[in-house]
Amino acid sequence: MKNRIAAIAALAIAVPALAGSASGPAPQFTLSARGGRDVSLAQYHGQVVMINFWASWCGPCRQEMPLLESIYKKYNKLGFTLLGVNVEPDSQAADDWLKATPVSFPILYDKESKVSKLYDVAGMPSTVIIDRRGKLRMLHRGYKPGDENEYLDSIRSLIRE
Amino acid sequence: MRVAPVKLMRAVTAALLLAALAGCAAPTPWVKPYEREHFADPIMSFNRDPVSSTYLQHVFETREGAHGATGSVGGGCGCN
Amino acid sequence: MQLTREARCAHTRGAAGLSPFTRTLLTLCLIAAPALAGVLPEDRADVLWHSYNGGDITIQGPSVLVRKKVSDNLSLSANYYEDMISSASIDVKLSASPYHETRKQESVGADYLHGKSTYSAGFITSKEPDYKANTSYFSVSQDMFGDLTTLTLGYRRGWDRIYEDRKDSQTQQIVTDTIFYNGRPATADHRGYSLSLTQILTRNAILGFNYELLTDQGYLANPYRKIRYLSPGQGAGFTLADQVYPNTRTSNAASVQLKYYLPYRAALTGQYRFFHDTWGILAHTVELDYTHPAGKHWILESSLRYYTQKHADFYSDLFPRADYQNFMARDRELAAFHSYTLGAGASYQFMVPGVHWISKSSANLRVDHLLVDYSDFRNALLAGTYGAGNEPLYRLNANIFQVFVSIWF
Repeated sequence: MKNRIAAIAALAIAVPALAGSASGPAPQFTLSARGGRDVSLAQYHGQVVMINFWASWCGPCRQEMPLLESIYKKYNKLGFTLLGVNVEPDSQAADDWLKATPVSFPILYDKESKVSKLYDVAGMPSTVIIDRRGKLRMLHRGYKPGDENEYLDSIRSLIRE
Repeated sequence: MRVAPVKLMRAVTAALLLAALAGCAAPTPWVKPYEREHFADPIMSFNRDPVSSTYLQHVFETREGAHGATGSVGGGCGCN
Repeated sequence: MQLTREARCAHTRGAAGLSPFTRTLLTLCLIAAPALAGVLPEDRADVLWHSYNGGDITIQGPSVLVRKKVSDNLSLSANYYEDMISSASIDVKLSASPYHETRKQESVGADYLHGKSTYSAGFITSKEPDYKANTSYFSVSQDMFGDLTTLTLGYRRGWDRIYEDRKDSQTQQIVTDTIFYNGRPATADHRGYSLSLTQILTRNAILGFNYELLTDQGYLANPYRKIRYLSPGQGAGFTLADQVYPNTRTSNAASVQLKYYLPYRAALTGQYRFFHDTWGILAHTVELDYTHPAGKHWILESSLRYYTQKHADFYSDLFPRADYQNFMARDRELAAFHSYTLGAGASYQFMVPGVHWISKSSANLRVDHLLVDYSDFRNALLAGTYGAGNEPLYRLNANIFQVFVSIWF
């Protein structure tokens, strides 16, 4: 009896763990970016785009940033770009943090959570990878050290397409 | 080991299945992960300075008849 | 050597010995392979100095805590705590002599993160000449419903050994005697089962709920405290006698906390706890806290706590005669009383220049003033003036100071 309970429960918990794949066209958006200008996803059609939803108050997000920076530097010239979408309504804390830990990839401000809702962000941080034809190919929620390998595998195969 | 009564076992099964279903058929979180910045603020932590709050709890517990139900965990920032 | 309850508190936090229900719950937590994960507590070190002064008792000492992640999933912590007690309290003055004593407590803990579950376990050992207490605990914490809810189940087990100190009349040295209770050396066994829930309600509010069931068994009394019974014509009109406690106690405690974020960046917390046990003690605790950051560096705090308790069934300040009933106690912790605690704290956040491995640090000061008004515990030392049973009710004022420095790395 107890084993049956354990089995049912375990299965039900394990099922959502498999969720994480994405499909369909990536929703289009335009957001204001650091540096003043507006940036839209359409600008990067033809490149592999990785969107990372982050916030300065989120520990794993901050931990991930330097790794994203090195990925960006390495693959940027091969038709890859990384967009850091900051989800905070007030960008002051994010800007302060970026002064101390600068990154070279574009930082966009999603102050009204429009894009977060479009991409159904369900965890912090969240990373999506879009292929050269504008289709969603990967969705990754959260960050644990080692996750960057998953990103790299996906980026490498998508760049070759 | 005592054999638990049937009613208790049913309640336990129900609770476990509910906890399990929490993963897949859960109500959509009405506070999105990107809306939880306040809970990452240390002033919103239930236990900001553990050495201090543990000490005060100890002071009260040794002078009063009541004890227990003082711990509080969680309050996730929605990270990870 | 008079020993009051404050000198021998065993901090309980749970242990092994799992019921089938718990075992099942743990199994399914282990099997789950989640896509999202929780977060371990931050790495930190705290050094605190505490001081309690009131009712002719002074208790001071350090508390040092270190917590560090040793891998991505495992966080370890250790704490060293001391109470240096100097007591000439009302209880000491009534039936013993002032004393000095040190209680030392060491604890270690581990938190293991696996997906959305956190497993915690730890061990606490407390030693003083006449009381040795060991406690172990285990708990599982699970994030669910989109991480808005956290459910924690915990179990703790404590083993105490109780002795009695007395001054040898010949050598004038303190001797620690074994207390024989029911023919065996006095011990006490404690078990606690707890359930906690935290629930994010809105963008600005979070709710916490705790329930705890505690069972105690064995020698639960204080060997130094005495009851008194009326004996007109003898001494001050009363005679002291040994306390007799039941050898079991089952308690239920349930509490609710609500934390609210105010738009100008401040936090308001309201808490209520209900307590009831098989000794007849019924207690309510209400607390209100306000946290207010000021400028870039300061965090100010103020709190007000109100506590009220009904006395234990077998408690009385003055029994009518010797051997009045089966169980008798005059421990003021079991009396009927109200207490107010007013507290304030200031925390200064700063960066340590030149030391890069410290990500932030704070210097903190906290002051609390405790006022206890007993409804049925009298100052028996004044029996000569007022007559036994007519002495004024006892009132206690105490000041509690805490000074501590915290660093995060």
